Amino acid sequence: MPDLHGFADQLLLGLWMTVRLALSALGIGLVLGLAGAAAMSAPLAPIRWIAHAYTTIIRGIPELLVVLLIYFGASVALMAMLRPFGYTDYIELSPFVAGSVALALTFGGYASEVFRGAFQAVPPGQSEAARALGMGRVAIFFRIVLPQGWRIALPGLGNLFLVLMKDTALVSVIGLEEIMRKAQFAVGATKEPFTFYLAAAVLYLGLTIVSMAALAWLERRANRGMPGVKAS
Amino acid sequence: MPSDTTAPETVLAVEDMHKRFGDIEVLRGISLEARTGDVVAILGSSGSGKSTFLRCLNFLETPSAGRIHVHGEEIRTRRDAAGMLRPASHGQLVRLRTRLGMVFQQFNLWPHMTVLNNLIEAPRRVRGLGRAEAIEKAEALLEKVGLAERRDYYPAHLSGGQQQRVAIARALAMDPDVILFDEPTSALDPELVGEVLAVIEALAEEGRTMLIVTHEIGFARDVSTRALFLHDGRVEEDGAPRDLFSNPASERLRKFLSRHLH
Repeated sequence: MPDLHGFADQLLLGLWMTVRLALSALGIGLVLGLAGAAAMSAPLAPIRWIAHAYTTIIRGIPELLVVLLIYFGASVALMAMLRPFGYTDYIELSPFVAGSVALALTFGGYASEVFRGAFQAVPPGQSEAARALGMGRVAIFFRIVLPQGWRIALPGLGNLFLVLMKDTALVSVIGLEEIMRKAQFAVGATKEPFTFYLAAAVLYLGLTIVSMAALAWLERRANRGMPGVKAS
Repeated sequence: MPSDTTAPETVLAVEDMHKRFGDIEVLRGISLEARTGDVVAILGSSGSGKSTFLRCLNFLETPSAGRIHVHGEEIRTRRDAAGMLRPASHGQLVRLRTRLGMVFQQFNLWPHMTVLNNLIEAPRRVRGLGRAEAIEKAEALLEKVGLAERRDYYPAHLSGGQQQRVAIARALAMDPDVILFDEPTSALDPELVGEVLAVIEALAEEGRTMLIVTHEIGFARDVSTRALFLHDGRVEEDGAPRDLFSNPASERLRKFLSRHLH
């Protein structure tokens, strides 16, 4: 990698931060997505309403606003909750935590729709066979429905992850020193915007290529034994 | 297994089973008693309720009325909000389902698992068998259905007949007292029907208790010990297969037989 006026190692630190942010948002987001999908088919109507409200709100608000709302809103909410206990100091959420949560909420909102469709696409006979053998709901979900739904959901989830990775750039507005923020510092110091924004673009593109390779590997694995696919 | 050969034990007793789907009553009071070693063929046109009846026995469908006894143990039920009967005790439901094995028209093998893993999944998770023990048993069963060398294949790489034989082995792996067959050959190409029927016939010869919903009249006549003909949610005829098929009392059964015998 070229020296870039001494900013190359700064950009690499930013890259590392972007990777950490994307992965932690992915982890939380997958859990939110699964919970959302489960809630959307819950027997209790209020739980379904909450799930639908969640996906509607998340899909209706620009990601940048979600980041800002979480960052500033969470501080206000936390302070309001702690005031009755006599705690009046200003609380600031770390940009990393706020960014992870905001991106996870976004990812989870879309992922719950992807998961819901995927689970519905698993033929009912699959869980019927398991029920007929005495298997319980939890075992059926984790052993029969999830592995098959996962395979159907993977391409959709992969797309969402590529979007998520680029959305990490939005977290630069609340001061997290990821690729974008580091590039802006370098531009400010060197007055060479094109060089550093191009460098940032190359890093994002690199991350996307690595992610796509990982996704292809996951899809191959998930497709083992499926019709038209060679067993490995 | 029967201790008294003159009066084999009643394994499964069903009293007055009803099932409603909305306003349509699909089952209008079906009773049945199966003793150890009985092979009961259940026939009827589509819509006669035969598959629904089978699916109510292990509560894949919730009956709207009726009682089920397995080995004299009554399955306790409660009414749900829709007025259907659900098992009152989860433990008893699991016990019922391990005692009644089921083989489906569409096989319903789990495509993401190898043949062997399809066979050991429920024995390990439901019956708590150790891995080695479950595998040993699964291999013996695959041997029995003639598919020992296919243990590491995925279902998609087997023919329909082979998949159904694996599905039969999967049901047997739970050591059920009764096996329910829901049109086991209806989804198969004609040239694959024979291999599946041969396996079921071998089970009959072993003295397995089975309920078989089928359109294979010839098979029902040769293998079953008893045959029921359902029409419109009721048992229209019930008797020894030879009498029933050579001398049908009802006009409907006569017509049904003439349609299905070649």
